[in-house]
Amino acid sequence: MSTYTLALPKALSKALPKTAPRAAFGKIVLNEVRLAWRLPAGLIFGVAVPLVLLIIFGEIPSFHQPQPSLGGLVLFPVYVPIIISMAIAILGLISLPASLVSYRDQGILRRLSTTPVPSSWLLAAQLVVEFCIAMTSLLIVIVVSIAAFGLDVPRNPGALLLAIVLSIAALFAIGLCIAAVAWSGTAARAIGAGVFYPLLFFAGMWLPRQAMPGVLQGISNYTPLGASVEAMQDSMRGQFPPAASLLVLAGYALVFAFIAKRFFRWQ
Amino acid sequence: MNTQAAVEIAHLRKAYGEVVAVDDVSFSVAEGEIFGVLGPNGAGKTTTVECVLGLRSPDAGSIRVLGLDPGQDREDLHQIVGAQLQESAQPGKLRVGEILDLYRSFYSEPADVGEFIDALGLAGKLKDYYRSLSGGQRQRLSVALALIGRPKIAVLDEMTAGLDPQARRATWDLIEGVRNRGVTILLVTHFMEEAERLCDRVALIDAGRVVALDSPAGLAARASGGKTMRFVPSAPFDDRLLSEVPEVRTVTRSGSHVVVTGTGELVNVVILTLATAGVTARDVQLDPSTLEDAFVKLTGRHLHEEGILK
Repeated sequence: MSTYTLALPKALSKALPKTAPRAAFGKIVLNEVRLAWRLPAGLIFGVAVPLVLLIIFGEIPSFHQPQPSLGGLVLFPVYVPIIISMAIAILGLISLPASLVSYRDQGILRRLSTTPVPSSWLLAAQLVVEFCIAMTSLLIVIVVSIAAFGLDVPRNPGALLLAIVLSIAALFAIGLCIAAVAWSGTAARAIGAGVFYPLLFFAGMWLPRQAMPGVLQGISNYTPLGASVEAMQDSMRGQFPPAASLLVLAGYALVFAFIAKRFFRWQ
Repeated sequence: MNTQAAVEIAHLRKAYGEVVAVDDVSFSVAEGEIFGVLGPNGAGKTTTVECVLGLRSPDAGSIRVLGLDPGQDREDLHQIVGAQLQESAQPGKLRVGEILDLYRSFYSEPADVGEFIDALGLAGKLKDYYRSLSGGQRQRLSVALALIGRPKIAVLDEMTAGLDPQARRATWDLIEGVRNRGVTILLVTHFMEEAERLCDRVALIDAGRVVALDSPAGLAARASGGKTMRFVPSAPFDDRLLSEVPEVRTVTRSGSHVVVTGTGELVNVVILTLATAGVTARDVQLDPSTLEDAFVKLTGRHLHEEGILK
């Protein structure tokens, strides 16, 4: 309190509690997995819905043929990254904030902060579990696309993985921010949905980016899902994604993580 | 160790914006004691214990919990202090056993789940989802979670709120058992019988200040020092007849009733004195003196009323 000389060692020792058994983190994650399974909204909207959408798009014959009206674009490969980014957005913008806000509303975070375990561990466990659900979901989407609908194996898997991880980081950071500012569970869902649909538009769900007028495409490049779809589409085609799209994603991740950390209320 | 207080609070002050929740609270809880913090809603009880738990930082004053500063040494503090908070739930779709197991994993030397479960009537509930528990069962689970880390100090905020009388008594027995193992207990309550039954000492808090600090019996005795009796005299008499009696403090008239306040064996003395003047007291009423009276006497309010400060 009196000086700042101890600030750094304090911060480090806070990050790694000395008295709380590390095994506790595993238990927290285990319980979060149980909850994800028993309250399967996240699994339904983050995994099942994208898969169903993929199958519907995959079954439409014209999606596999070049579209003369769109300059010979084949739609199915364009939509795979859009569906992936949609899955990430559902988990990050809606599922993640909803559970964090309910933990805060129910006093679970407050109760946890009277134990040797920091309440940030519960938040970290949530991030781990939602991250795993997101990775499972997009792995299923990619595998089904290749196996059932003849999508080419992504030609630059390293770049694709980088694009995916940055997309998850950006969308989860925005979700944390929603959880930080939302005053209730209802508010969190409303804000999440209010952010989700415009972002999904710029991802190209209703009009692929390639078919957007120049102005919209320009805006899309700077939205998290637009940048995400651009980076994934390029790496699936074998190119390394443009640095701008990766930087946009990284920028969203950093800025929103900072805002969330700054404004998150634990009780 | 014996010289060290378990909890030492000096001139604690905490305001939320303009609203002063705790104005000036000081008390000291000895090791192994069951110490009650008693007061109406909004008196500042919960804010006080939240400061003890490090959940809030005081605006002024100091707190030491077994020598630790709750604001600075939170991690060490939480190994030795177990808490039961008001309005804190658990995820509805976790089972009781899973929640207990989770909280056990937080502590270096936790208790066995079996130790409390029978006493708290949760033995058959380990496989039940939290959301299927009744309010009373949830409350008892939160008491179990406060004790599962084998704390040196347990802070219990309205631990029997919402319990039926039988469950309440079972919880009291459990708390006495825990204290007999040397655990210090800081108990927040606005439930008189609980304080009288469990507490070694009680701090009465009102409007953010300690208005009295004594054993429950001591406090009740103070109130009995302020006994009130009322009666209808069989014949007129001069008030001085009674006001000159040492035990009598005041004599007032309210319609046909005479209201006498005083100390000691007030009723006997008054009746005997009236008899010397040939007056009988009819329809005699005496307010029984309890901790509740002490509270009313000291604060001018009943415990279940809302405090001035919210």
